[in-house]
Amino acid sequence: MPNIRRLILIAVPYTWLLLLFLVPFLIVFKMSLSDQALAIPPYTPTFQFSAGWDGLKAMFSAFDLENFTWLSEDNLYWKAYLSSLQIALFSTILSLLIGFPIAYGMANASAAWRPTLMMLVILPFWTSFLIRVYAWIGILGTNGYLNQVLLWTGVIDEPLVILNTNIAVYIGIVYTYLPFMVLPIYATLEKLDMDLLEAAEDLGCSRFEAFWLITFPLARAGVIAGCFLVFIPVVGEFVIPSLLGGSRTLMIGKVLWDEFFSNRDWPVASAVAVVLLLILIVPIILFQRQQQRAQEAKQ
Amino acid sequence: MNKRFTWFNVTALTLGFVFLYLPITILVVYSFNSSKLVTVWAGFSFKWYGAVFANKGFMDAAIVTLKVGLISSTLATILGTMAAYVLVRAGRFRGRTLFSGMIYAPLVVPDVITGLSLLLLFISIGFSRGITTIVLAHATFSMCYVSVVVSSRLVSFDRSLEEAALDLGCSPFDAFRNVTLPIIAPAVISGWLLAFTLSLDDLVISTFASGPSATTLPMKIYSQVRLGVSPEINALSSIMIGVVTIGVIMSSIISKRSAVRRQRQEQEALAQI
Repeated sequence: MPNIRRLILIAVPYTWLLLLFLVPFLIVFKMSLSDQALAIPPYTPTFQFSAGWDGLKAMFSAFDLENFTWLSEDNLYWKAYLSSLQIALFSTILSLLIGFPIAYGMANASAAWRPTLMMLVILPFWTSFLIRVYAWIGILGTNGYLNQVLLWTGVIDEPLVILNTNIAVYIGIVYTYLPFMVLPIYATLEKLDMDLLEAAEDLGCSRFEAFWLITFPLARAGVIAGCFLVFIPVVGEFVIPSLLGGSRTLMIGKVLWDEFFSNRDWPVASAVAVVLLLILIVPIILFQRQQQRAQEAKQ
Repeated sequence: MNKRFTWFNVTALTLGFVFLYLPITILVVYSFNSSKLVTVWAGFSFKWYGAVFANKGFMDAAIVTLKVGLISSTLATILGTMAAYVLVRAGRFRGRTLFSGMIYAPLVVPDVITGLSLLLLFISIGFSRGITTIVLAHATFSMCYVSVVVSSRLVSFDRSLEEAALDLGCSPFDAFRNVTLPIIAPAVISGWLLAFTLSLDDLVISTFASGPSATTLPMKIYSQVRLGVSPEINALSSIMIGVVTIGVIMSSIISKRSAVRRQRQEQEALAQI
């Protein structure tokens, strides 16, 4: 590639991402060191270009870690972080337990069926996330369809309270994130050489042993990718806890949202975001490494 | 049929797909319920569909959403294809690690953080918020999805075809237009579709990035849904589900047909040799 052309090709997306992805993060970081103020914009210090170098110095001297001290002292935030991680972990495990058999079934289906099955898994993913979460409100409510069916069949006498509890949040998460678990696992299982399994069985492995010793290790890359794709976004999930969860559901995405929109405390909201990012940075880097390795392996 | 396709597989698939589809099916069925009480069936009716189309708030929000979706997904496709080209073809350059980091990170950074950071950016540079800011925000996160889709196609593509075109006297741009682009086109198109649906779907980032002047359909739906289930929202949701389903099925049929046609052409070309 000639140099100028190459330079433009690199520079355009690079600049775009720097300006609209990296710089905003630095601003969040800066904001997390500022203080709330009853003004527009509602924080201090603000930086004036006219004040020049002295203004910059004044701004930096006004920065402090107050918001982070506040986060560590107030129990709400710690509980919210821990409960988000816990909810994310359990729902990842649940999605794996439900998603793996589906992916396995798809990979074992005849070649003629696979594109249709694949499409059936992808289709809900194209449908609005919000609508898929909303669908569960009607099902899980006290007068919802689930309670109607259970009462009618006589399984229960009193309606179950599911909506606005953590159970509803788990159902919502597993439901909406399931395709993210199924697809990467299916992608690895599909490439699996079935002769290996037959060889193992010929050599005296039971079906279960063959699965555990061959299928599962070979599907590991897909399982890991699926778990990351579910775990990382769920930690910061907002829509599901806000629509299906109750007042006792603590998730950090919702705390951040309320801090920003209801309390209008931008500096604390930013501090919440910075800590959330620090918590997620380890899984995010691990995920990126894995993605890069997978891509290099293809190249 | 494969001998490994046992009862276990059948059960897993059946239960899995019932779980995935039952909630949506119930929603669509009850959108034809004439009763105002959503959970009590009172007869078949189209009246909530009429109510949706008569609701100016919904229609305005739908127009905003479509505008944002069309513009942002087109921008995202151009930027994402460029980024994919850089990732796969540009070789080593200073800051490559940061670049690939910025491509993969938005895929997993929680929406609330992306939204908050963009809002703070727009405020600190004094950019007035509205459709433009939503477009910029959507283009940024969807370009990363596009570049992932396109780069996986670029990786698997035979580079010697491009080199042959260059050897035969094509300019690099012509080689890209006549050789590379037709080959990666399916990935570029599915990247665009992905960006478009991501944009139609987004609630959190739009809420942060928009000002009082622009409301997207998900924002409108969210504000209504918080108050509970309503038959109008059921009808609106069913319309959206219907449009998406038709779109996905049509695009898969088209891509399957074009794959078959390409295969036939390749076979004919080989037969002539």
